Amino acid sequence: MPYEKFLEQLGQKVEDIFAGFGYVTILFLKVLANLFQGKMSVKLTLEQMVKIGVESLPLALTTSAFVGMVFAMQIAGEFTKFGAGKFVGGVMAIAMARELGPAITGIVVAARVAAAITAEIGTMKVTEQIDALQALGATVEKYLVIPRFIATTIMLPLLTVLTILTGFWGSYLVAVYIIKINPTQYLDNAQYMLRTWDIWCGLIKTAFFGMIIAIIACYRGLNTKGGAKGVGEATTSSVVTTLIALFIVNYFLSVLFFK
Amino acid sequence: MIKLENLTKHFGSKKVLEAVNLTISDGQAISIIGPSGCGKSTLLKLLIKLDQPTSGKIFIDQQDVNALDEEALIGLRKKIGMIFQTSALFDSMTVFENVAFALREHTNKKEGEVNEIVKAKLEMVELEGTGDLMPAELSGGMQRRVCIARALAFDPRIILYDEPTTGLDPITAVTIENLMIKLGRQLKATSIVVTHVLQTVFRTSERIYFLADGKLIDLGSPQEAQSSNDPRVKTFITGGLNP
Ligand SMILES: Nc1ncnc2c1ncn2[C@@H]1O[C@H](COP(=O)(O)OP(=O)(O)OP(=O)(O)O)[C@@H](O)[C@H]1O
Ligand SMILES: [Mg+2]
Repeated sequence: MPYEKFLEQLGQKVEDIFAGFGYVTILFLKVLANLFQGKMSVKLTLEQMVKIGVESLPLALTTSAFVGMVFAMQIAGEFTKFGAGKFVGGVMAIAMARELGPAITGIVVAARVAAAITAEIGTMKVTEQIDALQALGATVEKYLVIPRFIATTIMLPLLTVLTILTGFWGSYLVAVYIIKINPTQYLDNAQYMLRTWDIWCGLIKTAFFGMIIAIIACYRGLNTKGGAKGVGEATTSSVVTTLIALFIVNYFLSVLFFK
Repeated sequence: MIKLENLTKHFGSKKVLEAVNLTISDGQAISIIGPSGCGKSTLLKLLIKLDQPTSGKIFIDQQDVNALDEEALIGLRKKIGMIFQTSALFDSMTVFENVAFALREHTNKKEGEVNEIVKAKLEMVELEGTGDLMPAELSGGMQRRVCIARALAFDPRIILYDEPTTGLDPITAVTIENLMIKLGRQLKATSIVVTHVLQTVFRTSERIYFLADGKLIDLGSPQEAQSSNDPRVKTFITGGLNP
C-alpha cells in the first residue's frame, strides 16, 4: 500500500518535528538556567562574537547594499510614475529598518553561522570530543552553547544596524543618481516617516533571531549521528530549520510590533 | 570502590550488556577483554554517564552515578580519567591546551603553575616539547599519549583505559604499558583497562574479566586466565588456533 507507507513516513516526520521542538525548548531552558547562575565564559563568548562578525559582515553588507539598490529601482521607478516620488525615501527607510535589514542579517547569519556551528559541534560529536569534554567535567551548555547563544544574540542586532545603514545608502544612490529623485527630499522624507521605534523593533527581532539560530544550530550539532555523512546532513538540516523558524517567528514578531 | 549491579544496556533490539555484576575495590587494576563490538567501550561510557543504562545501577564510592545532580556528576568526573579509544583530542586546541583543559576549567591556578603541571604530564608520556603542536600534526600513538596526559592532569583516582595500546607499534605499546604500571603505583589509582590486546592485559592487570554475549566472566589472575577452560575464552586467547 503506497499510501500507508507515505502516511507512516509523514507521521514519523511530524513526530520528529515535535520531538525536536521539545528538545530545543529543553536546551533553551537549560541555557537560561545556566546563565542565571552566571555560568559563562567571557573569553569564549568574545571569541565567538569576533568569529560571527568576521564570517557574516562581508556577505551581510554586500547583500543589503544590493537589496537596497534593487528595491529603490523598483519602488522609485513605480512611485515616480504616479507622482509619488517624494515618498520613496520614507518607504525605503521603513522597509529597511523593519523588515529588510533584519531579514537579510538573519538569513546571512543562518546560512553562514548556523552551518558553521552545526558542522563544528557535529564533528566534535562524531569524533567523541563532546564525550571527552564531559568526561573532563565540563558541560556542553557552558562550554559550547552559551558562548554561541550570547554571541549571536548580541551580534545580530549590531550587524543589523550596519545592514540597515548600508541598504539605505544603496537605495539612496540608485534613487538619487539613477531615478533622479531630489536628494534632500529623499532624506527629509526618510527622517519624517521613520520613527526610532521602528529601528528598535527591527533590532529586537534580530536578537530573537540570534537566539533561535544558536539554539537550533547547537541542538542539531549535538544530535549528529554517524560520521562525516551525518555531519553533512545535520548541517543542511540546521540551515533549513533555522531559516523556516526565522521566517515564522519574524511574521509573528512583526504583527506584535507593527500592527 | 566501583560496583555494577545488574547493569543492562540495549541499543534498540541489540542487547549489549545483560545484567552485569562487578565489584572493583580501591587501587585494584582490572581488565575486561572480549571480541570487537561486545560492548567494552559502552561499559566504560556508562561508568561516567556519557550514556544511560537500560536498567541496573552503577555505584562509585557509594554514589549512584545515574542519580547524581549535575554538580555532583562533575565532581565525580573530576576524580576519573578516561582514555578514549579514538583519543578524542580537541582538534581546535594545541596539545598544551588539551592537557591544560581540566586545570583551567576547574581551578584558578596561575598560568605558571598550569605550565609546570602540563610540562610534567607531557614528560610523563615522553612528549616533551610537543605542546605547541596541533593534534592533527601528531601520529596516532602520540595522540593516544596526549589523551593519557590530558586525563591525568587532575591526578585521577580512577583511570579508565579504552584500548590504550590497540593499533600501536610494539615499542610504543610497551611504553604505554610501562606508563600504566607506573601510574598504578604512583597514583594508587583504580584502573579498568578494556582491550583485545592480550599482552597489555597480562602486563597491567591483577584480574581479568571476559565480556561476551552481554555477560561478564571472571577469569581470575592473568595466570589463571591463560589456563581457562571456557571454550570461548580459549578461542579468544589463542586466536582460534590450537596451540
Ligand atoms: N550509540 C549507539 N547506537 C547504537 N548502537 C551502538 C551505539 N554504540 C554502540 N553500539 C553498538 O553496541 C555494540 C558495542 O559497541 P562498543 O563500542 O561498546 O564495542 P567494543 O567492545 O568497544 O568494540 P571494539 O573492540 O571494536 O572497540 C556494537 O555492536 C555497536 O554496534
Ligand atoms: Mg571500543
